[in-house]
Amino acid sequence: MLQHFKDIDHGTPRRESEQEVTLEIDGNSVTVPRGTSLMRAAVDAGIQVPKLCATDSLEPFGSCRLCLVEIDGRKGFPASCTTPAEPGMKVRTQTPKLQELRKGVMELYISDHPLDCLTCSANGNCELQDMAGVTGLREVRYGFDGANHTKSAKDESNPYFTYDPSKCIVCNRCVRACEETQGTFALTISGRGFESRVSPGQDEPFMESECVSCGACVEACPTATLQEKSVIWLGQGEHSVTTTCAYCGVGCGFKAEMKGSEVVRMVPWKDGKANEGHSCVKGRFAWGYATHKDRMLKPMIRSKITDPWREVTWDEAIGYAAGEFRRIQAKYGRDSIGGITSSRCTNEETYLVQKLVRAAFGNNNVDTCARVCHSPTGYGLKQTLGESAGTQTFKSVDEADVIMVIGANPTDGHPVFASRMKRRLRGTSTQAGAKLIVVDPRRIDLIRSPHVEADHHLQLKPGTNVAVITAMAHVIVTEGLVDEAFVAERCEAKSFNEWREFVARPVNSPEAVESITGVPAAELRAAARLFATGFDGPKGRRKNAAIYYGLGVTEHSQGSTMVMGIANLAMATGNVGREGVGVNPLRGQNNVQGACDMGSFPHELPGYRHVSDSTARASFEAAWGTEISPEPGLRIPNMFDAALSGNFMGLYCEGEDIVQSDPDTQHVAEAMLAMECIVVQDLFLNETAKYAHVFLPGSSFLEKDGTFTNAERRISRVRKVMPPKAGLADWEVTVKLANALGYPMHYTHPEQVMAEIASLTPTFKGVSYEKIDRLGSIQWPCNDEAPDGTPTMHIDEFVRGKGKFIITQYVASDEKVTRMFPLLLTTGRILSQYNVGAQTRRTENNQWHSEDRLEIHPHDAEERGIKQDDWVGIKSRAGETVLRATVTDRMQPGVVYTTFHFPESGANVITTDNSDWATNCPEYKVTAVQVMPVMQPSTWQQEYSRFNHLQEELLEARTEAVDISASR
Amino acid sequence: MTATIYIPRDSAALAVGADRVAKRIEEVAAARGIEIKLVRNSSRGLFWLEPLVEVDTPAGRVGYGPVAVDDVQSLFDAGFESGGSHGLGIGLVEAFPYLARQERLTFSRMGITDPLSLADYEAHGGWAGLRRALELPSAAIVQEVLDSGLRGRGGAAFPAGIKWKTVLGAASPQKYIVCNADEGDSGTYSDRMTMEGDPYMLIEGMTIAGIAVGATVGYIYVRSEYPHAITALNEAIGRAEVAGFLGADVLGSGRSFSLIVRKAAGSYVCGEETALLESLEGKRGIVRAKPPLPALEGLFGKPTVVNNVITLASVPLILARGATHYRDYGVGRSRGTLPIQLAGNIKHGGLVEKAFGVTLRELLFDFGGGSASGRPIKAVQVGGPLGAYVPESQWDLPLDYEAYAAVGAVVGHGGIVVHDDTADLSKLARYAMEFCAIESCGKCTPCRIGSTRGVEVIDKIKSGANAPQQIRLLRDLCDTMLNGSLCAMGGMTPYPVLSALNHYPQDFEAASEAGVPSRHPA
Repeated sequence: MLQHFKDIDHGTPRRESEQEVTLEIDGNSVTVPRGTSLMRAAVDAGIQVPKLCATDSLEPFGSCRLCLVEIDGRKGFPASCTTPAEPGMKVRTQTPKLQELRKGVMELYISDHPLDCLTCSANGNCELQDMAGVTGLREVRYGFDGANHTKSAKDESNPYFTYDPSKCIVCNRCVRACEETQGTFALTISGRGFESRVSPGQDEPFMESECVSCGACVEACPTATLQEKSVIWLGQGEHSVTTTCAYCGVGCGFKAEMKGSEVVRMVPWKDGKANEGHSCVKGRFAWGYATHKDRMLKPMIRSKITDPWREVTWDEAIGYAAGEFRRIQAKYGRDSIGGITSSRCTNEETYLVQKLVRAAFGNNNVDTCARVCHSPTGYGLKQTLGESAGTQTFKSVDEADVIMVIGANPTDGHPVFASRMKRRLRGTSTQAGAKLIVVDPRRIDLIRSPHVEADHHLQLKPGTNVAVITAMAHVIVTEGLVDEAFVAERCEAKSFNEWREFVARPVNSPEAVESITGVPAAELRAAARLFATGFDGPKGRRKNAAIYYGLGVTEHSQGSTMVMGIANLAMATGNVGREGVGVNPLRGQNNVQGACDMGSFPHELPGYRHVSDSTARASFEAAWGTEISPEPGLRIPNMFDAALSGNFMGLYCEGEDIVQSDPDTQHVAEAMLAMECIVVQDLFLNETAKYAHVFLPGSSFLEKDGTFTNAERRISRVRKVMPPKAGLADWEVTVKLANALGYPMHYTHPEQVMAEIASLTPTFKGVSYEKIDRLGSIQWPCNDEAPDGTPTMHIDEFVRGKGKFIITQYVASDEKVTRMFPLLLTTGRILSQYNVGAQTRRTENNQWHSEDRLEIHPHDAEERGIKQDDWVGIKSRAGETVLRATVTDRMQPGVVYTTFHFPESGANVITTDNSDWATNCPEYKVTAVQVMPVMQPSTWQQEYSRFNHLQEELLEARTEAVDISASR
Repeated sequence: MTATIYIPRDSAALAVGADRVAKRIEEVAAARGIEIKLVRNSSRGLFWLEPLVEVDTPAGRVGYGPVAVDDVQSLFDAGFESGGSHGLGIGLVEAFPYLARQERLTFSRMGITDPLSLADYEAHGGWAGLRRALELPSAAIVQEVLDSGLRGRGGAAFPAGIKWKTVLGAASPQKYIVCNADEGDSGTYSDRMTMEGDPYMLIEGMTIAGIAVGATVGYIYVRSEYPHAITALNEAIGRAEVAGFLGADVLGSGRSFSLIVRKAAGSYVCGEETALLESLEGKRGIVRAKPPLPALEGLFGKPTVVNNVITLASVPLILARGATHYRDYGVGRSRGTLPIQLAGNIKHGGLVEKAFGVTLRELLFDFGGGSASGRPIKAVQVGGPLGAYVPESQWDLPLDYEAYAAVGAVVGHGGIVVHDDTADLSKLARYAMEFCAIESCGKCTPCRIGSTRGVEVIDKIKSGANAPQQIRLLRDLCDTMLNGSLCAMGGMTPYPVLSALNHYPQDFEAASEAGVPSRHPA
């Protein structure tokens, strides 16, 4: 077996127990927690018991019968995977009789297995092959003319892996992984006895089954039965590099298995603390975009966006951009340019872009895409708890007794965390599952999926979050469910008393707001009681209630209010500061947390220190050798407005596609057209790049070093597995641009950038690459008080000292249904696609979702004569677009829904410029619309199509540079 | 005077026309103006005499059998309704040697009462055990069962009291009693007879178990091929609930116990207790690895007593008469009685309840009367399809779990299937492997693949190709299955195979080598 595959597999999961047992295995004394299997204890003693059906990510099963052992004083040959260690046991794992039995079992296995090891795709990484070696099987006396499955046909329906039943040893690892690890229950065994075979759904091809292609089954398979197609094509990798997924905010650790600088497959990292060996269809399989033919690999410039592109050298492109920026500043003033950082980029890259803006541009006009997703989280949590971040680890959910999910769709948006949550919701044979409350206008999958059912679904009308959360608080306060001791000890008395008086007002009762929210008062009361009191959990500990929320909370005109309402509720019920509780924002992108931490906001320096804070500013000024403006700069929407009014003319946009992702597309496009120099740094010629004057090729997460910070504040390493395809990593481009602007930067490796961040940011003081490498990852704050990081925040006191309650007065959104726009549109995303789709649309994930659809309730559809798959026009006061309809009772009447993964869908043509009162986070989740059957694309779509066609032609017509590589 | 006539309603009687006979008797009685009261009783278990018609006489019940529809007129002609003499008469049933020689403890009401009559049940000692149990602390009930020496009658012979004690000791807000009534062994019917013929006894036993261990719900998992048993149980449960023997307040004790009948999934392996639990939970009937023991994590993860019908049905008597009364029957560590079921090629097939210690020879000849074909008996499979073929040299062993185990045989559920000298034991060995291949749940490798290979290897042996090597391979395979299988399905399939191979080696000679088909007497 290839060396890098040799991770130790303990065979069965770790058991937690305060009691320990000491026993003897093959003469070695070993001490393990009570409940540990003999197999795992043996590994602790340095002994590998042969096994096939056991693996340490799954509960023991006991089917392969290779791990039999002998125990003194016991008859027979118990399986070491299912036999718990007991004090004083004397166990033998190798005896002549055991060898004989194992060989007998192996002889049976091989009598129904093809003998094509040398040409098998698992060759070099096959546990069956290993076990044949270990058992010393030398012949198969049964011959090969008996009954067998070796002629079974392959199922190649899934784009990423194949299922070859002829190689199946029916160990059930895939079935168990689908159940225990992923929680989808798509796989089973059909038939019985010799006929037993793995069956997706009801003997369907994988693609027609309920399979969500998370890859857990493939990872669990010990043979070539479930095999990545990439491995079939390329062979096994010869080395691997541990890195971090660049998709959602879960931040899964992966091992990139490589042949030289070519990725063979991405395998979830068992020791990655965010994912513990699990993955989803995006991180596991959808990395092909990194080498997609659409990747832009040459710097390009043009003076007008109607000109063809001209490929130039890096130096020329950067020199041109720097010249333009300086020209614009000279003409329109220092504040006429700015930059946008991206939650897709590393901490180090983000840090450098804001540094470039602050130090080289000389203003604070820097913002990030968190503006349009989680800016209210940063604001709301800072105000109430004192820190702009989630309070827990993901693992904390294992200890939750009640889980409340608000405005998040974890099975689609954060699938790997959703699997962990569903595991807790299912419970175990000995521990009841957690109770579940879902607050969502839509019937998301979590509400009812295999072995998971929400106890309460508060199906509110979009835009009424604050009324719901305040009504829940009303119930808790008026029914005497407040954790008075916690509040008295941990929170501000004054603000609490004001809040208590406010929420107790009759106007905030569930009955009073029922007509606004659409949530039946009795249901809301029951949910509030469940949240505050838990249920009959294990004795001896407090019942834990945890809140998980997503963009359904933040992307509203009252997004910040809602975040504070959530924090109020958690504090009032004493659910902060320990495992199993907390306020947990589920971050949309891989590095939303990190981008915010790194000072990407126009008013904040790294570590959330306001630019008007002269002490903080002074430390940066000293380190950077430049003055920093004490005035907050422009937010993204302000940049657009300023552009249209002629005051903002140059933009450096790294890794974000504002034209597709920001609301009110037509408004954004007009702002783009108004600017004189737009520099876009990206992997692809994205929608924003079609308005750009300078294009700088970006580098994928596989091509650079750095760190990402996930939703649980976990800083993980991103490691370069291949050289940048365009020659420079993103951070190197920013460095070059700074130097060209006359502000010198001398970094030669991102590690130096992190060292600078640590030296200037108190919460990052103890962070270094060396420490991350040693610990695997670090949750900030990491400093002298918490040298290994901080898994759970606010344990003894809140970061701000006493927790602060804030009044959450419900104010209805301006987006109201009218006769003209009688429906509310809300938006979200789907499992297989990611955000604007720039990455996932360039993978086979399109096979699951090839277009954005409008979901509409059968009643609303019937009223409008809309049938399944019909083209429908969706019109708001901002614009109009056309999509095909999916008629589904997931929706409540009066509410429609779509995703925004495809640019031509124009979902953001419809969304308006309404935004959160505190942070300007757009109100993506509420737009009043009318929906009608149509025969042709909308005017905007026709115009988009024309513009897109023109830009493709201008790309096609580009003049090529002579030799770019020479200029590096 | 009204004559009381008994005609069994047991499936075995129905199969040979009991309903038609009953209808005919009513018609003829009406035509002749004779007043009769027809009772559909349970079966005495004398199957070769079914339909066995009984009538009340001052001396006791007199029997006639087997009665065909065409015999009815002549029975009336003979005045059978008042005990008149007839060619089919067997005299006083209680004195009939086949019955008189038995020790009917569990089957004491069998054939006597109307199975669904609560009054009959109570008049014949019913509910006494439950009434006593309700007066005892839980631990004392368990101790009584422990002291009785009662072992699991499903075949595994695990001491019932120890199982109960484990469940009693497990802390859980919910516990269950599960009755394994998926009686699938070849030649067995004692569970079926109990459920059809004396359902209240099982209900009483399960209720006592529930009271003893703190379980409030019981499930009876009944073989799907037993429609009459399912009907009888549901009817009996309904009547017992109405009468207050089941429900929220058992006999006014404040204790709650309710029963649910579940139709089994039609798979032999679902009779294995953990596969049964999976099936009861609505999953595929796949064997679970132990530990965890079902007593600690059983049905829906809760502490569960899983016992066979006969085990649970033995409990009322143990409680009513005391542990000692039961323990005084039997030999060695096999205490009490076993309802033995004679089947196959046997002249007098039927149910024989005897204390442990009876020999196979007594059963085959004193009770069974030799083979039905009249030919010499060659082999006897004891303990179901996974039991060993017992040769004549072992027919004098006492029926006792330990004595049988010592010679590689099993008592199992007490099913006995008789073969005469025309049997080819290699075919029966092949059938054992084939049965395992058909019924294997497919979880563990030795059973899943081994059973199919076993059939192939025996075929190769019979075809004569490399016979000695193939016999060696068959023995190695049996060793792998015996020691390597997850449950008794694969683990015991070698019993019939190895016993056939050891005791009847001549049957494994290839047809060409042996010259003639092997029909030698053993």
